[in-house]
Amino acid sequence: MDWLLEPLQYQFVQHALIVCTIGGGLCGLLGVYVTLRGMSYLGHGLSHAIFGGAAICAALGLNYLAGAAIWGLASGVAVTRVTRRRGIGADAAIGVITTASFAFGIVLLGLYTRVRQSIDATVFGSVLGVSTADVWVIAGVSVVTAVVIALNYRDFLFTTFDPEVAEVSGVNTARIDALLMLLLSFAILSSMKVLGVTLIAAALVVPPVIARMLTHSFNKMLVLSTAIGATGGFVGMYLSYHLDVSSGSTIVLVNFAVFAVVFAVTGRRGLRRVAHLDEHEPAVV
Amino acid sequence: MALRGVTCHYDGPAVLADVDFDLRRGQWIGFVGPSGSGKTTLLKVLLRTVTPTHGSVVAESGLRVGYVPQVELVNWNFPVTVEEAVLMAFRTGRRRPWSTKAERTAVADGLERLGLGGLGHRHIRQLSGGQQQRVFIARALLADPDLLLLDEPTSGVDVRTRHEILHLLGELHDGGLTIALTTHDLNGMAAHLPELVCLQGRIIAQGRPSEVLTSAVLEETFGAPMDVLEHAGLPFVIDRVSDQLAERRNRSA
Repeated sequence: MDWLLEPLQYQFVQHALIVCTIGGGLCGLLGVYVTLRGMSYLGHGLSHAIFGGAAICAALGLNYLAGAAIWGLASGVAVTRVTRRRGIGADAAIGVITTASFAFGIVLLGLYTRVRQSIDATVFGSVLGVSTADVWVIAGVSVVTAVVIALNYRDFLFTTFDPEVAEVSGVNTARIDALLMLLLSFAILSSMKVLGVTLIAAALVVPPVIARMLTHSFNKMLVLSTAIGATGGFVGMYLSYHLDVSSGSTIVLVNFAVFAVVFAVTGRRGLRRVAHLDEHEPAVV
Repeated sequence: MALRGVTCHYDGPAVLADVDFDLRRGQWIGFVGPSGSGKTTLLKVLLRTVTPTHGSVVAESGLRVGYVPQVELVNWNFPVTVEEAVLMAFRTGRRRPWSTKAERTAVADGLERLGLGGLGHRHIRQLSGGQQQRVFIARALLADPDLLLLDEPTSGVDVRTRHEILHLLGELHDGGLTIALTTHDLNGMAAHLPELVCLQGRIIAQGRPSEVLTSAVLEETFGAPMDVLEHAGLPFVIDRVSDQLAERRNRSA
């Protein structure tokens, strides 16, 4: 019992637990759309792109959260637009746009040394700096995300499954794409403090992959992925405190442990689903 | 719908050049032609997802169009059940994520109508080729369209499934639906469709299969010599055996 209660005497741990749990669930929820669109690398890319925006704002003395959000949205929309151009795949578009943004951030870091201090925590993640404001920010982002997805549930699903037919059926797919990128940017921004730029991609990809191995229903996948992400965040944060290692790493390792167990238990059935997650295959019985 | 002087380019030369075409209510028509002949582009012009570089498209106001994509382009590992795949196209203006009993009943009725009753909870991959095609036809029919457009509905399916799909489309047409589809399958279309358009960047011929499927038209459309036989009153297209090949066969016999 002490193992559970002892860390809670510190306010920063309470805050970090809330942020990790909500952030894990949030990333699990949005990760379903990211992985099913064949853009598993997007979370990784977007977090690096946001780093560029954060660096610019820090250099200009602006609020780095607001600037990084706008930068993240612009990068996400640019990736979607470039991907739709024939002959350029999502992986290449993500690689070009987000690494350029990341490189831009690195250059700014080199030019303005004072930027370095405010950026370091963003890159590597830290639970020490988690404030009450961070808790409110991630809670707000999660509520907004849940409401936006609930209100546009079918349009999000239709655009993810079959964008061409969705467009023909009257869905404004460009608006849905932009909304997803905006939500994703805010989710990354609000949880990157504890997860870190480099590990946030795993929080977006691993829970939906586990959920996909457990169900072939989209509704169930959304619920499962959110629950797995939240549980991974909560358990990972506790482990992080007791093992005295970074929170991002333990959360990712907890998620990976769950993945390994589910992978072993579901056997070939799960393997097949995951192996073909991003593929478009001909109709086969 | 009417197409007037429609020309479409992507990056290179025109895929469609100066096409005039009328699609009337109650028509059931197939666009035939080789790969790159502009069949899918023409379908997308009718769908209004491709804007012509020249020419105009005129459509009756309030025309409801249903679209069935090529099943070969569907992500069959996407986690959706048959019911979810059809429900996602239900657009009633409601913004709640869960479906109402009325919506579920409408979907169940639509699936039942197409012979998919009781399969709503199966994953889309767990169906036969014909059933998979019917799921997407059911989805397109949910909006009660006036016009149904299908891209290669018989591509990659066996003969029995092809018959199944074309019979189903025939029944829908008999029920008053206007249907246009693209295909490579000349003989299947000759047996089922009342009207064909041969396409090769422009309209080569249009009319009943017996009028359109002639050696001259097919050679101009496909760029390869073909013979047309008659079987049970229907045209039957075969590859022309070259003199050289015939001679070689005779010698080996």
